[in-house]
Amino acid sequence: MDGAMILEWVIKSIFLILVMTGGFAYVTLYERKVLARIQVRIGPNRAGPFGVLQPVADGIKLIFKEELVPAKADKLIFTLAPVLTVIPALIITAVVPWGTEVTLFGRTIKLYLADINIAVLYLMAVTSISIYGIALAGWSSNNKYATLGGLRATAQMISYELALGFAMIVPVMMAGSMSLVDIVESQKPVWFVFVQPLAFLIYFIAALAEINRSPFDMPEAEQELTAGYHTEYSGMKFALFFMAEYIKMIAISMIGSSLFLGGYRGPFVDQLPALGPLYLFIKVAIVLFVIIWIRATLPRIRYDRLMQFGWKVLFPLALLNVFVTGVVLILVGG
Amino acid sequence: MLNDWSYVAIFTVISMFLPAAAIAIASFLAPKKPNPIKNSIYECGVETVGATWVQFKVQYYIYTLVFLLFDVEIIFLYPWAVAYNQLPLFAVVEVIIFILILLGGLLYAWRKGALEWV
Amino acid sequence: MTPLQIVFLLVAAITLFSAVMVVSIRGMMHAALFLVLTLMGVAFMFATLGSRFFAIIQILVYIGSIAILIIFAVMLTRNIMDAEVASLNRGWWFFAPLALLIFASIVLVLSSWSAFATLRDLSSTSGENILEFGKALTDPNGFVIPFEVASVLLVAAMVGAVYIAMERRGGRG
Repeated sequence: MDGAMILEWVIKSIFLILVMTGGFAYVTLYERKVLARIQVRIGPNRAGPFGVLQPVADGIKLIFKEELVPAKADKLIFTLAPVLTVIPALIITAVVPWGTEVTLFGRTIKLYLADINIAVLYLMAVTSISIYGIALAGWSSNNKYATLGGLRATAQMISYELALGFAMIVPVMMAGSMSLVDIVESQKPVWFVFVQPLAFLIYFIAALAEINRSPFDMPEAEQELTAGYHTEYSGMKFALFFMAEYIKMIAISMIGSSLFLGGYRGPFVDQLPALGPLYLFIKVAIVLFVIIWIRATLPRIRYDRLMQFGWKVLFPLALLNVFVTGVVLILVGG
Repeated sequence: MLNDWSYVAIFTVISMFLPAAAIAIASFLAPKKPNPIKNSIYECGVETVGATWVQFKVQYYIYTLVFLLFDVEIIFLYPWAVAYNQLPLFAVVEVIIFILILLGGLLYAWRKGALEWV
Repeated sequence: MTPLQIVFLLVAAITLFSAVMVVSIRGMMHAALFLVLTLMGVAFMFATLGSRFFAIIQILVYIGSIAILIIFAVMLTRNIMDAEVASLNRGWWFFAPLALLIFASIVLVLSSWSAFATLRDLSSTSGENILEFGKALTDPNGFVIPFEVASVLLVAAMVGAVYIAMERRGGRG
């Protein structure tokens, strides 16, 4: 057992969690600002210059809010559900590389948490667990809106998980490895998005549905389900659901960037590895902007159409894409 | 077994502390003044009628059933995708047959109306 | 004991406890959730035994889809939170020792099986070789027949399930 090694791991883990939490706080501000600009408003601008202290103010407010637990709710599961929603959102980022390695204080530090040989399957597994938090939140509230929201979320997430899985096979085929580090490295000549634009599009749409983002935010459709699965939640527990949603947004942007947009790769990254996290940050910011832009532009899809789109359009398309990629790679590669 | 997997395990344990700490801190700081009206179930101000946990649509179950089978298919395809660059043509044809058989299953479910929501 | 063994025993205890809770707790939803906990414990055991690929598959298939299928099945039944029904039936005092007896005899048989004690130790390697697995899966001398049969089996299972479910729904299609 190498003590310094474990310390390095713990520090990296805590650092990543802090980055994701801080990222969550500022993505909320980013989203409000971008939405406001698209709707020709200014957005939050009172707390600090350009509203940079707004997330802090929101956080303090949410901590001091009273938490209500419905009298008929299943209290243990009701408290457990927000925790179970946040954990998968955080741990899915463990396998995403932010760079190669840098030398700091005479130690070579790898700029990723874990390079596991079945990282893409790990992503799929964590995605499939993340259903539970939402389903349990809806069920334990003993509220009809919440239960329906939870059920809808579950059915929607499993439907789009298939398309997600088939879209993620394509980079694995091209790289010949499931490790995200290898996948990013094999995008040295060309990013996979230029070779496989359809796979990226399928990944992006399915991932949006997977995290219940607009236009697939049916589980929390205000007009019919009040707030969906988190109708009964307030205070910090509500904040945790909110946090999970935004961390998932960051996570799918990071994973999408790594699988299709070259991850931390960019000009001069081989000479100066410290540029890696910066490139990844820029790519994530751009993908997040597109996600917010979609929210500002597209109306919500009706639930039956959403399920039909997932099963009858996206899933066969993803299957066909794997099929065609297999054949074309054989023909090109000989 | 100090490898990248233990790293994932450490990260999972550490990431459990964040939401747990958030709930614990809030439970100390937040006011607690419950009353029966506050703790009643929210239904737009109307009193809730009937049980919440009733029988749900069978469609949820059918979707999950179809999902389960394709989920297993995806798992079969991942090792194939990893080895893809080094496989002979024969192996690729096999997998294409594998996909086609399952596509047949999807078409059956489609024709049978299992993928219809209403 | 190494730290890994302590963790293993702890997880084994949790797994067994939740397995007992699955059959003894009132309320089907809680039973289903304990089942998820049991499956999670089994996945963890796969991981500690050095088979991470199967750990991930355990999570993906059993927790990610079969347990959800069970939860939906629970929601399909009426009175899911009905705690009036006794969860133990009258003959439990007879069948509990019987189950223990069967378990003990399985352990006895397995422990006398020579292959059980000489299983390869995989925990030192960094995980399975997925590349070799993928090759073996489609190799004519490997597992290509089971691989193709698996797809037929999957389709047959799906056709059967969809057929039954759709007939019950009122014979549409």
